[in-house]
Amino acid sequence: MNKVIKNVTEAVQGIEDNMTLMLGGFGLCGIPENSIAALVKMNVTGLTCISNNAGVDDFGLGLLLQNKQIKKMISSYVGENDEFERQMLSGELEVDLIPQGSLAERCRAGGAGIPAFFTPAGYGTEVAEGKEVRVFNGKPHILESALHADFAIVKAWKGDTDGNLVFKATARNFNPMMAMAGKITIAEVEELLPAGELNPNEIHTPGIFVQRIFKGEKFEKRIEQRTTRTK
Amino acid sequence: MALDKKGIAQRIAQELRDGWYVNLGIGIPTLVANYIPEGIEVEFQSENGVLGMGPFPFEGEEDADLINAGKQTITTMKGASFFDSATSFAMIRGQHVQLTVLGAMEVSENGDIANWKIPGKMVKGMGGAMDLVASADNIIVAMMHSNRAGVSKLLKNCSLPLTGVACVKKVVTDLAVLEIKEGAFHLVERAPGVSVEEIQSKTEGSLIVNGEVPEMSL
Repeated sequence: MNKVIKNVTEAVQGIEDNMTLMLGGFGLCGIPENSIAALVKMNVTGLTCISNNAGVDDFGLGLLLQNKQIKKMISSYVGENDEFERQMLSGELEVDLIPQGSLAERCRAGGAGIPAFFTPAGYGTEVAEGKEVRVFNGKPHILESALHADFAIVKAWKGDTDGNLVFKATARNFNPMMAMAGKITIAEVEELLPAGELNPNEIHTPGIFVQRIFKGEKFEKRIEQRTTRTK
Repeated sequence: MALDKKGIAQRIAQELRDGWYVNLGIGIPTLVANYIPEGIEVEFQSENGVLGMGPFPFEGEEDADLINAGKQTITTMKGASFFDSATSFAMIRGQHVQLTVLGAMEVSENGDIANWKIPGKMVKGMGGAMDLVASADNIIVAMMHSNRAGVSKLLKNCSLPLTGVACVKKVVTDLAVLEIKEGAFHLVERAPGVSVEEIQSKTEGSLIVNGEVPEMSL
């Protein structure tokens, strides 16, 4: 089944104001940078963005924040972004902070047909406020619900025309779960291959979860914290 | 003399055991990897999706696709593996990781920990900390005994929003090693040359001192 679309402009078609988007990536690692740039150009607003982080001031989701296109962020960690902090403290931006593991599992659940699940993470903290508590094996757990999105936008290393995806190193992170949870999932890849070229044993995300795939024009792949040692 | 950050990391490294999978948080905990005792093998997990994390890369060999949970460029060791975030936290919540070391702003005498939010000031988010402390059997907190203003960080009750409840079992500070049990800090070791009285005066929570308290050997 051919999922290939021409370019990024075609990829983001149908994304409208006030929609909910999931965007893969951890920090700036494995983010769909081509699609983010297209969303900026498109100037859709009132977005709810589900993403582990909010980018930095001038890259990643930070670009949508600068442009005031985001109404609400659902994330686990949002440091490293002054504009984010400013908008949040001034009340312009609604923010839902949730534990990283719960965020991952809520996306996975959304794609897997599990409406909710119990987790120990966050019990006894602000995160548990208003949530059902139940004790299993003597330990309290809180009920967390699945997350869904109108569009999930992910970034992979290699993909094929059927939408099968392979990720590289830690750029995998949230991408596979988000790919599962989007009504429409857009995948931007560094290398787009004909179906049959990827080894079926080594596919991370099966093409069934991907509706649109395209080769990204350019990947800047910015490094947030460049740490090295001397030889 | 009180330990520096490296000293705290060095003391925590003595807690490592052969065959353990270990998650190190950002800050002092990261330094623990520099002091693995000889003759034992441990593997470091970073919750963004890598097991078998190695040292920083040589200059010019950084890979934007290979980072740790602190978003720093890293390398991998032989036998390393990569996985998605759901699998990563399955390892953590499923108690497949034997030791978690993390920093804290406050710890209370019943093992509560606060390290993610200062209301009205710092709101960066909890990242994976809440999942880590809710599930790990073996949590060591690495931190300074007092904050910059000189106020004790070992308290009766945490004043900041909690990250987890009754979960911390051990704290290693610049002054002491303390175990938390039965609602109190139990003094296990002193930093070289630091007196029990000094530790007592800088611990706001209940501190139990049983007999002679040995000095750490580093």
